[in-house]
Amino acid sequence: MPTVHNLPQPFKIAEVIEESYRVKTFVLEGSFEAEPGQFVMLWLPGVDEKPFSLVNSNPVTLTVARVGPFTSELHRRKPGDTLWLRGPFGNGFTLEGEHLLLIGGGYGVAPLLFLARKAREGGRRVSVVIGASTARDVILAEDFLALGCHVIIATEDGSRGFRGKAPEVAEELLRDINPDALYACGPGGMLEAVRMMAGRRGLPVQLSYESYIRCAIGVCGSCQRSGWLVCRDGPVRRA
Amino acid sequence: MKREPDLSVELCGIRLRNPLILASGILGTGPDLLVRVARAGAGAVTTKSCSLKPRKGHPNPTVLDWGHGLINAVGLANPGLEEMSRIIAQAKELLKPLGVPLIASIFGGKTEEFAALARKLNSLPDFIEVNISCPNVEAEMGRPFATDARMAARVTAAVREASQVPVIVKLSPNVTDIAYIARAVEEAGADAISAINTVSGMVIDIHSGRPVLANRIGGISGPAIKPIALRCIYEITRVVKVPVIGIGGVTSGKDALEMIMAGATAVGIGSAVYYRGVEAFGQIAGEMRDLMAELGYETLAEVRGLAHRA
Repeated sequence: MPTVHNLPQPFKIAEVIEESYRVKTFVLEGSFEAEPGQFVMLWLPGVDEKPFSLVNSNPVTLTVARVGPFTSELHRRKPGDTLWLRGPFGNGFTLEGEHLLLIGGGYGVAPLLFLARKAREGGRRVSVVIGASTARDVILAEDFLALGCHVIIATEDGSRGFRGKAPEVAEELLRDINPDALYACGPGGMLEAVRMMAGRRGLPVQLSYESYIRCAIGVCGSCQRSGWLVCRDGPVRRA
Repeated sequence: MKREPDLSVELCGIRLRNPLILASGILGTGPDLLVRVARAGAGAVTTKSCSLKPRKGHPNPTVLDWGHGLINAVGLANPGLEEMSRIIAQAKELLKPLGVPLIASIFGGKTEEFAALARKLNSLPDFIEVNISCPNVEAEMGRPFATDARMAARVTAAVREASQVPVIVKLSPNVTDIAYIARAVEEAGADAISAINTVSGMVIDIHSGRPVLANRIGGISGPAIKPIALRCIYEITRVVKVPVIGIGGVTSGKDALEMIMAGATAVGIGSAVYYRGVEAFGQIAGEMRDLMAELGYETLAEVRGLAHRA
């Protein structure tokens, strides 16, 4: 069993990378063992504590979009500043098959990069559909390319790559790509579309769910979806 | 031939297949989760405390494992009476075929709010548990009613009058004499007592020099508080006749038997869900049966209060 930091531990920011006009990647000093799909609770003392999927565990890396007061505050943090993390928590993705198709919607792309890295390290083929509403919201495409992934971009307005939502574009390409397993992370509607698609094709699928998380350790019940605890039973679910 | 030990108990005339009750504040947020706990082996389940109006609760961090137990200050987050009534009604329907009673926990800032909650919930739940002992809302609500015998008795009497179902009053360990308060709520009409709520505490992060919980102060639960809980149950059951639900740090069948030997009729399970998962209920019940067989007990009535012998 890898060590879990039950109480928030300090990690210094080593580097901040601007991924887009509102997404930053925080590379931290230090590492821990974690699986792709697992998450950490990021504490800013005096502000709040929120869940984020890991983009890498060595060094610990988080990719965060500025969407509210907490993430705005986080975006003001600079190299040398400290972030506090507890975790990693939850059940991550399991690698299966020789050719993986990853489908990411919006910021859901981030944890898939961790999965792609692990899959590529194991010599597997990886195709990834990066979905975004418009060209300037497409993130991490170069990182997936650098890992040797087959990258397909889908924007809803067609401003970059294929026009359409990520699952629609993925389904059109499915025959050519012919993957052994599907993996998805993104908004609920997108996950449902990928789940249905996998059902139609008889493909195994793993989906990473989001929820409002308080305890992260399976006791408070805040994150439950029909009795399923996103923080402890998930966040990744095999459909 | 030796009979399989019988774990069933009676609480205010209601039969529980075993004495293990899901404590309030743990997993009691929805009908499916309550049913999951019942299927995992609980004898009864308690909902998250419900207030008249929805409450957001405190910002995070709200729950932490500090090494020897948990500490929490969730701040009584709940969707309010209207939504909780729906959750309770749905849960009750689903729990009925399983034979697992439902306890609705209620919380208010004033005596009248407690009474209004009990009146409106009517006979929807099988029991009402009166949470007068949350240690985490003091800044907003003042000292918990459970720290003052007169106030505790006043709330108990008001809920007893308003309620159609047995009333359990949940007491705080953060007092000088818990037995005195237990007697006050019994005299005011409590049908049962549950104890203890969490022990008030704090965890500090040395790197930031700040308390880790956003509320600064929180309630400690888990293994660290078991001896405190056992002492409280012992002191309470020495002076009251109503049944007591012993809560605090029970994570094994051995712990549960200790609680019953201290005088408890039933046993609350909370933090054990963190240590052992939802499966804790079935596992603890199994361990109780094994230990009872080993020690030569056939019923929990033989075990109850053994620690009180001269």
